[in-house]
Amino acid sequence: MMKLRLLSSAKFFTFVLLLALSSASFAQEISKDAAVISAGEALFNGNCKSCHRVKQKLVGPALAGVYDRAPSIDWIKAWVRNSTKVIASGDTYGVNLYNEYNKSQMTAFNSYTDDQIMSILAYVKAEADKPDAVAPTTASGAGGGSNQSGLPASYLNTILIGMILILVLLVVILGLIVSALKKYLDQKELSEEDKEVVHSPYTISSIMQSSGFIFIVLFVVSAVAFKTVIDGLYTIGIQQNYQPKQPIAFSHKLHAGAYEIDCKYCHTGVMKGKSANIPSPNICMNCHTQIKQDSPEIQKIYSAIGYDVVTASYTGKQKPIEWVRIHNLPDLAYFNHSQHVNVAGIECQTCHGPIQEMDVVKQYSLLTMGWCIDCHRKTDVNTKGNAYYDNLVELHNGKKPMKVEDIGGLECAKCHY
Amino acid sequence: MGNTKTYWKGLEQLKNDPEFVKHADKEFATIGGDEDPGHSRRDFLKMMGFTVAAVSLAACETPIRKAIPYIQKPVDVDPSVPNYYASTYINGGDYCSIVVKTREGRPIKIEGNSLSSVSKGGTSAQVEASVLSLYDNYRLRGPKVGTEAASWEDIDNQVISKLTEIAGKGGQIRIVSNTILSPSTRASLEKFKAKYPTAQHIQYDQNSAYGILKANESSFGSAFIPSYDFSKAEVIVSVGADFLGTWISPIEFTKQYAATREISEDKREMSRHYQFEANLSLTGANADYRTMIRPSQSGLVIAQLYNLIAAKAGKAALSAGVEKIANLEKAAEDLWASKGKSLVVSRSNNKSVQVIVNAINDMLGNYGTTILPNMPLNFRQGNDEAMANFITEVEGGKVDAIFFYNSNPVYDHPMGAKLGGALKNVALTVSTSYTEDETSFASGIKAPDHHFLESWNDAEPKRNSYSLSQPAITPIFKSRQAQESFLIWAGETDVDYFTIVKANWKNWFFDKQNAIGDLQTFWDKCLYDGVYELPSTANNSSSFSGDVNAAAAAISAAYKANNTGFELAIYENYGVGNGSMANNPLLQELPDPITKATWDNYVTVSLKDASEKGFTMNDGTVQMANLTVGGKSVKVPVVVQPGQTPGTIGMALGYGRTKVGKVAEGIGTSAYPFISMVDGGLTYHVASGVTIELANEEYRIAQTQTHETYMGRENVIQESVLSEFKKNPAAGRDYPKITKWDEKVDPAALSLWKGHEYKNHHWGMAIDLNTCTGCAACVVACNVENNVSMVGKDEVLRRREMHWLRIDRYYSSEAKAGDYVGLEKASENPEVVFQPMLCQHCNNAPCETVCPVAATTHSTEGLNQMTYNRCIGTRYCANNCPYKVRRFNWFKYHDNQQFYQSNPAMNTDLGRMVLNPDVTVRSRGVMEKCSFCAQRIQAGKLTAKKERRTVKDGEVVTACMAACTSGAILFGDMNDAESRISKLLKIEKDPKRPYGIDKKIGNPRAYRVLEDIGVKPNIFYLTKIRNKDKEETKA
Repeated sequence: MMKLRLLSSAKFFTFVLLLALSSASFAQEISKDAAVISAGEALFNGNCKSCHRVKQKLVGPALAGVYDRAPSIDWIKAWVRNSTKVIASGDTYGVNLYNEYNKSQMTAFNSYTDDQIMSILAYVKAEADKPDAVAPTTASGAGGGSNQSGLPASYLNTILIGMILILVLLVVILGLIVSALKKYLDQKELSEEDKEVVHSPYTISSIMQSSGFIFIVLFVVSAVAFKTVIDGLYTIGIQQNYQPKQPIAFSHKLHAGAYEIDCKYCHTGVMKGKSANIPSPNICMNCHTQIKQDSPEIQKIYSAIGYDVVTASYTGKQKPIEWVRIHNLPDLAYFNHSQHVNVAGIECQTCHGPIQEMDVVKQYSLLTMGWCIDCHRKTDVNTKGNAYYDNLVELHNGKKPMKVEDIGGLECAKCHY
Repeated sequence: MGNTKTYWKGLEQLKNDPEFVKHADKEFATIGGDEDPGHSRRDFLKMMGFTVAAVSLAACETPIRKAIPYIQKPVDVDPSVPNYYASTYINGGDYCSIVVKTREGRPIKIEGNSLSSVSKGGTSAQVEASVLSLYDNYRLRGPKVGTEAASWEDIDNQVISKLTEIAGKGGQIRIVSNTILSPSTRASLEKFKAKYPTAQHIQYDQNSAYGILKANESSFGSAFIPSYDFSKAEVIVSVGADFLGTWISPIEFTKQYAATREISEDKREMSRHYQFEANLSLTGANADYRTMIRPSQSGLVIAQLYNLIAAKAGKAALSAGVEKIANLEKAAEDLWASKGKSLVVSRSNNKSVQVIVNAINDMLGNYGTTILPNMPLNFRQGNDEAMANFITEVEGGKVDAIFFYNSNPVYDHPMGAKLGGALKNVALTVSTSYTEDETSFASGIKAPDHHFLESWNDAEPKRNSYSLSQPAITPIFKSRQAQESFLIWAGETDVDYFTIVKANWKNWFFDKQNAIGDLQTFWDKCLYDGVYELPSTANNSSSFSGDVNAAAAAISAAYKANNTGFELAIYENYGVGNGSMANNPLLQELPDPITKATWDNYVTVSLKDASEKGFTMNDGTVQMANLTVGGKSVKVPVVVQPGQTPGTIGMALGYGRTKVGKVAEGIGTSAYPFISMVDGGLTYHVASGVTIELANEEYRIAQTQTHETYMGRENVIQESVLSEFKKNPAAGRDYPKITKWDEKVDPAALSLWKGHEYKNHHWGMAIDLNTCTGCAACVVACNVENNVSMVGKDEVLRRREMHWLRIDRYYSSEAKAGDYVGLEKASENPEVVFQPMLCQHCNNAPCETVCPVAATTHSTEGLNQMTYNRCIGTRYCANNCPYKVRRFNWFKYHDNQQFYQSNPAMNTDLGRMVLNPDVTVRSRGVMEKCSFCAQRIQAGKLTAKKERRTVKDGEVVTACMAACTSGAILFGDMNDAESRISKLLKIEKDPKRPYGIDKKIGNPRAYRVLEDIGVKPNIFYLTKIRNKDKEETKA
């Protein structure tokens, strides 16, 4: 009995001690649990990454070490939830920070719970503690530039044409020489044998006029023409590399590439439904109420949404932005972004190409049915952690991976109805 | 000697008619003058060359398409993700609690709201079709004075100044409406009446139940319509009441009725239903015993039923009665045997008849069980006498201002013509109809109300059951909520109707409950649910105190047992109904469940009268007749209708509209003028002065089914009677065998094919022929969900209707098996069976094997898929389909002026808003058919995948199943052992091939249509069981 009580009181004391220790240092509160860190990572990528980096100053400060340099963890929580309130309260640290970053206000995330903010901090800390990578490999997307290696294609063409020209010239010169020699030899007395050699029955004109030659030439020409026509017909309606000028010169290279803003931050529908959604200007305004106010392109957003920079208020005069649609599927084909991005977990770049390197977006893929089918034949179904596929995986022959094709991914009514 | 004879081609040549000489050199006769000679073959080639060049040039150019995002995206709206809003369908006195599906802010589909205790998730054809009425091209674009468009300020100034003037001199003001279910609307009108004390509110109904109101006033002391509970009735006797189709609250009654018709191995009991009627109604078609009576006998039939039951109860008989009504004595015996669990209803609008009906139900002790007088229904509160008085007053010039609140009495009241003529003498006439209908046209001021899908409103269909209506779209036109208009005209300042409804709900409900503490939460919950229900009051006792003898005397005077002349029986049909939604092509093209006619109004006569009078019906070709009713004569086509009482002529309301829009205008003749006032109530039959004569003129009725019987083929319809079913649940089943060289085997045992494996889902459907009432709500739901084209009468005549789902209606025949000529003829009073027929999604589909381009293929989930963009239109598949469910697009029905009127959903910018964006609009030259709502299956699967789980049963529901009020259609995954369909069909998987197509079906009632041909459909039908004592006429 006694022993038990002693034991429990000892436990109690250690607990108190631990508590005191942990309150002494802020950093100790930040969890190192992998689950918390990954939850924080998702939140960070979805919401913070558009303005903050861990080790790099962007729109806002680099977040590494914020838990040590800020006045307190509670201060951070208050700041995240509503920075305007903190500034208005005359908090010195907050006001200094505000002034330091050109008085750009941080978006208020007032719905965040303590746990969520702590998980973000956990992620930031975990990232900050990682040793620096040797070289940032940001722009290594699929199919990235082959421009650096070898000669550019246009040079090759010029060289080829030049060589063909030289060859043709050579043929002409040789022909001239042959006819000159012939004339010269005709003036001389030649034996019959030699004459036959000079006046061969197989002259160029006789070969050219032979039915075999004409047939071959006709065949080749018509085959090439046929192929060209067929190829031409196949390209009708295909808009690969379609790169229209947009009403606002928005650069994905800048936003998705340099600033690494998550695609889903702007394309909000991509996890929910058929359309990925072209972002509405109010998403732009999350940052651009502060950033690059004077840019003529940003001015276009202001005039669309009816924002007056001087008074920092909305006038109510709105004018929709008419973007030019780049990816056009025919009406008879049903495509759903959420199936591919949410369920299958496919990267945007798989179909849209190195979008983070495009100043002006172009259609990267063919978007033909053959292109769809091809991918459905090659791609493994993302069954991990998805109970929907459990039975299918069990029934599937385990030797080969389960492709989309194997579960009906090539059926007509999956896309056409 | 030359031959002097002259041969001539015809009299024209002999006469040397100049017209003939002109065309003498032409080989073929041309209809309608010469063809345009302006274009030669050369021109054609030139044009052709130019077009080809132009098209190929144009094809190279990339069309520039714009994508315009929201400026400020609403949080809960995502493009391509549908939003659902609970709301309420209110059309005149009709009601349904609904859920509206919207896409990008446009309502595209209506479904039932299962949270409502009144409609319980059911719908009707009209409810399903009402979404297209929102986009009606003939809606008023804004307020008008006379024929001129006006602003709302002008309207308000004019109305208020005139009202003030009229009120100043004490002039009479009237508001005319159909039954108003909305308590907030009534409150608003009260405010108007308080401001103008001479204002009176008159309610009337097209299909009146005033007789019941009056009878209950004399029987129980207050004028009300009680709730009925058909689900508790073991024996139902209906005299003319079409309670499954048009009588008072058909959606509610269908739900209740279906519950009593469901049978299984475990529940071998069902209700018995007697119907006594003149026209073959939807309800009559579902009855177990149906007796043909004349409308002039109906009162006496009720009196006789009273006498028969009174004899058992030891009460005195009445002075009225009628002998020799088939099945009546049997009905009385059954009623008496099920005392307290039976129900007698009558359509009669005669007070005395309804008093006797009350007395019968009282003797049977049905009050408190199947009739709930303390839970009155608020439908059909119209007062026929007040309305008739009103029209007389208007004619006499005693009324100075009339407001027609969403009502159209000029068309749909028997005295409408008189009213219409007198309106021009009334100082102020205002109509709030959202289309320019007959009344609106005759009114000086048109102040259009919103469509119900654009409005805030509430409704109280039944005591203690309330429901809310919320806008599912911003008003499309410059219309204004009528309640607001009335309040503005009453000089009120707080006129925002939304605020008013919310404030009313706060006062009426929020303040009186404790469950939810904060108003916004309470309101949000009500809005989310669409309904708010108070506990029902338990006390359902009643004391009947009607004077049956006086009623009997009145009945003897008004009804005749042996009338000999023709009688006209007027009914409401199931498509256009009372005519208020006549301009809706979905309803015009919906085949009438009984006659299968579309786009037309006609009269129905019995087989006997037809043969006497010489009316014939051959493949839709019928005769015109001159119908004379009380001196008024009209020319109408005649349909020969089995089940029609000899000596009676049936005629539907809702047609003959003159002002409503080009879709409905000019179709048929209005039957409203033939309705008469008898004993203070509108009487829907005419017993004397009716003649019908052949007019020697042919007419074509566009019917979608001309075959009447199923020719005794048990592989199509399998039916039996309850007494047999009780002994053997497989009663009526036909087990076809096919002959091999040595033995006869089950058709499933022989197959050319290896059969599919469905590893994931195996979608299937079960259709219970016993609960299917044939109401056709599923047909309209399918049309709306799947963008099915409406083709118009001409194309239906050519058998080119596009409906993916049809309801086959078969009559029984009296001929013996083998008498094929006789079997084609329906009985005089046939039994009827309805069979919804859609693509059967055969596992061995014959269509798939004949398609030369593989445009129709089989999926790994059991679906027979149709790929429109691959189809080249050979129509081999339709040719090879044993069920004839494939429909071919003979025309480009979209963007085609030819179909502008019949198919507005694909031909006008307004109409196109109703299209389902997830379903392709098909073009000319391709085949189409039921897809099992592939888009819904895909959406359901995607939701499950996104949530990382399997599909739950009930998550994927086809449009037809969602629309089915009676629950006859059940769709689900037959691979899921826990799904309702697996349990209903008692599916046992073959242990050798658990995912194969040959699943063992354990339900003895389940059969496949045309099982003997071995195509193995995924749709199962459950046998039709009639509650009859013995096997009677069949086939």
